[in-house]
Amino acid sequence: MAETITIRLKVNGIEREVAVKPNERLLDVLREKFYINSVKAGCLRGECGICTVIMNGKLVKSCLVLAPEADGAEILTVEGLSKPGKPSVVQRAFIEKFGFQCGFCTPAFVMAAHWVVENMPDAPEEEIKEILNSVICRCTGYKQIIEAIKYAIELKRQA
Amino acid sequence: MKAYKYVGKPIPRQDVSKVFGDAIYAYDVKLPGMLYAKLVGSTYAHARIKRIDYSKALKVPGVIRVFTGEDFPFKVGIYAADRDVLARGKVLYYGHPVAGIVAETPEAAEEAAELIEVEYEPLEPVLTIEDALRPDAPLIHEHMEEYRHASFIYPRPGTNIANYLKLRKGDVKKGFEEADVVVEGEYREPLISHAYMENWVGIARVLSDGTVEVWSSHQSPFAVRHLLAASLGLPIGKVVVHHTFIGGGFGGKAGLLLEHIPVLFSMKLGGRPVRLELNREENFLFMAQRAGYLFKMRTGATKDGRLVAHYGEYYLDAGAYADYTVNIGRSVGFVPTGPYEVPNIHVDSITVYTNKVPTTAFRGFGMQEMHFAFEQQIDQLAEKLGMDPLELRLKNAIVPGKSYLPTQVRVREDAGDPVGTMKRAAELIGWGRRPEKPDEPWKFRGIGIASFWKGPVQPPNAASSAIVKVNEDGSVDVLVGTGEMGQGTIYALAQIVAEELGIPVEKVRVAPVRSTDSVAYTWQTVGSRGLFSEGQALMRALDDLKSQMKEIAARVFNVFKDEIEIKDGKACVKGKPWECISLAEMALGYTLPNGNAIHGPLIGRGSHVPSQTTYLDPETGKGEPKPFMTFGTSAVEVEVDLLNMRVRVLKAVTVLDTPVINPGLALGQAYGGAVMGISITLNEELKLTKDGRLLNPNFTDYKVARAGDIPTEMVAEFLGVGQKNAPYGAKGVGELTMIAWPAAIANAIYNAIGVRIKKLPITPDNLLEAIREQRPELLKELDKYLLGGE
Repeated sequence: MAETITIRLKVNGIEREVAVKPNERLLDVLREKFYINSVKAGCLRGECGICTVIMNGKLVKSCLVLAPEADGAEILTVEGLSKPGKPSVVQRAFIEKFGFQCGFCTPAFVMAAHWVVENMPDAPEEEIKEILNSVICRCTGYKQIIEAIKYAIELKRQA
Repeated sequence: MKAYKYVGKPIPRQDVSKVFGDAIYAYDVKLPGMLYAKLVGSTYAHARIKRIDYSKALKVPGVIRVFTGEDFPFKVGIYAADRDVLARGKVLYYGHPVAGIVAETPEAAEEAAELIEVEYEPLEPVLTIEDALRPDAPLIHEHMEEYRHASFIYPRPGTNIANYLKLRKGDVKKGFEEADVVVEGEYREPLISHAYMENWVGIARVLSDGTVEVWSSHQSPFAVRHLLAASLGLPIGKVVVHHTFIGGGFGGKAGLLLEHIPVLFSMKLGGRPVRLELNREENFLFMAQRAGYLFKMRTGATKDGRLVAHYGEYYLDAGAYADYTVNIGRSVGFVPTGPYEVPNIHVDSITVYTNKVPTTAFRGFGMQEMHFAFEQQIDQLAEKLGMDPLELRLKNAIVPGKSYLPTQVRVREDAGDPVGTMKRAAELIGWGRRPEKPDEPWKFRGIGIASFWKGPVQPPNAASSAIVKVNEDGSVDVLVGTGEMGQGTIYALAQIVAEELGIPVEKVRVAPVRSTDSVAYTWQTVGSRGLFSEGQALMRALDDLKSQMKEIAARVFNVFKDEIEIKDGKACVKGKPWECISLAEMALGYTLPNGNAIHGPLIGRGSHVPSQTTYLDPETGKGEPKPFMTFGTSAVEVEVDLLNMRVRVLKAVTVLDTPVINPGLALGQAYGGAVMGISITLNEELKLTKDGRLLNPNFTDYKVARAGDIPTEMVAEFLGVGQKNAPYGAKGVGELTMIAWPAAIANAIYNAIGVRIKKLPITPDNLLEAIREQRPELLKELDKYLLGGE
């Protein structure tokens, strides 16, 4: 068994040191050591994107990040988007616009949507789709997800 | 549709935990002391197992046990119990699990899996339908006669035929004599995958009192319970199946999946919890996929455009275990001709075993496949007749109340509105117009249409039930057994409760995470049957509840029961809205002024069976197969690019006849079904090597549609034509939205470039091949542009 090393992670605003194996995935560290339920494994090869989180302001697939690479990083997951009883604009938009069905990929799409709303609110639909291309949803046909994102951009503008 | 307060409104679904990250899937379930199982798959498609040596695996620290097929000498299954727990004697497909390891950690199990040595004696693999049917074909199941199977399944021991269905209506010979034009065709679709996002996972433990508990990613908790009990000889009351949220199913998680494996492992290990979680590659290899097929058919029409005869041989390639696919073979056999009345039909539907991954239900249950073929037959007949394909459809469409099904029973008068969907879809796509010609001379646009119908394929006793409980604050708990896999049926049911009782929908709870020992029974969550079946049971439960409310109020106000009405969550004396008792006041029974309490807790119960459905005659298929059918039409505009041989869907239109309870949910099904349908039309195929090895068990090489692949425009409409015994008239939607895309796209490609595609998927390779065969001049034309000619 490989030796462990200690890394520092700030997950949804809470900073902690954890011991990890050098070959451990960020995905597993988030699930096993930070009890982040929203991050799911779908393929462990970066193909399906359902383990997507925001790391240091960028969308990353947490199955492709080795834990030591994340040392010192700030991670945001859907658990960190809302306060109790107060959904973020993106979460509200996904609920009101039927932006999810089975929900297994939903945390990844909510994070991608959050990133779009924060970083490219004026982007045309084709560019939004390019960001979304990194995550697979087999249920929705993506249309209501895209509608939710546009609505979230609108909600944020109004706020 | 009449205006209601909740029914017919796009009320947000209640499972918002999915956007906050706290929804629990089987994938998330962990139990103290849990062990980890791993399966080792065969490296041959067909071979005898000579020897399995797992001595090295047992030496890996943390490994507890290694199981092989001989540990479990019995079969499991739903319609045809043809499945081994782990391969016994022979392996029947590439990936067929030959051994199972149980260890303290997933890493130990994984390490041990690498150390298991299996010696095989390779056998000739049977990989195509044609090979399986050869008189000298190797037998895949050598002891088929010993298999337990449902009474309506007709296997042929001594062959590779898992089921043989015959459908005979009228006199097909006479029918063809009457025909002025005849169209023949051979249609093929490959093996494909559901590609749901949550890989299958199951956790099981056995308690000291003998209770077997299971958490798994399944569609139908009660089917899992029944099949575990029946296959393993367990008392059904001691089997508890927990239904969590599930990460997609699409039919691929119907019936029993691999639950019996962790259950059996746990039983042999003193009841300790055992978790079997498949990774993506394993999910492609071990989980049942969708059968490929070959349909050969001949259809005849008179010159005035009446369909008069249809002859078909429908072959389904079920893979190594046909357990579920035998029923799909039935489905395509007894609904062989699309939503049209054909007086003379002769169809044999034959499900065959091959040495490929086992297959199962997939959204549409054979109807996508059947319509891909038949809806192209219709277009070809129309061309031969010099008739508009839409007109030919309208002329032959099923007429509710008048037409007879291929199974010779009369279609109920309120069955729906096929013609309405054809006309509306045609309008929405702009039927009859010439699509705009793109500037690039190598791009061509075309319009195609395809109609469809489908109802659930289920045994005549496929029951459902519902319980409605009132809580102390007047809120209501609904207990139903239908699974939540994204389709949201349970939230539509909540809207029905709110409507019927006149209470805010927020006060109605249908728990998404439930157990078989704490909710009402339902047969399965399949076939787009949930809303109709659970809905009917629920309407009866609400009638029961309302009757009890009226009884209480009648006693309290000294009136007859029929003088009480239910309004806004209260039972009131008609005409005196001030003489009322609220749900909250009578939730646990009503207390009279003197302290006497009456009635006790309010609880309504209701049941459903698909009334008047029957077994089908084994020689002719005669009988009533379905309690309802949803009719619809899809239409597309496509662009064919001859430079890269790619087809793009520009506009996709779906029209269904049924009313819907929640348009937000129903549109979600329509868009999702369209994109999935387009994806399987243009991309999806599980590819095998010559010796049966799966080449693309991953999402790089098995391509499913992504956001950038969706049509520029998607439109869906519901006409609101209901069936009288359906809840608020609403019939099933989920699968229907997926059925017609391959046919509509193929018809549109023909409209664009005059090339008929009878084989899926329509990849650049397959398109090029078809163009070479049918219109090579198009390629010559193309050369001009490429060489910079005129």
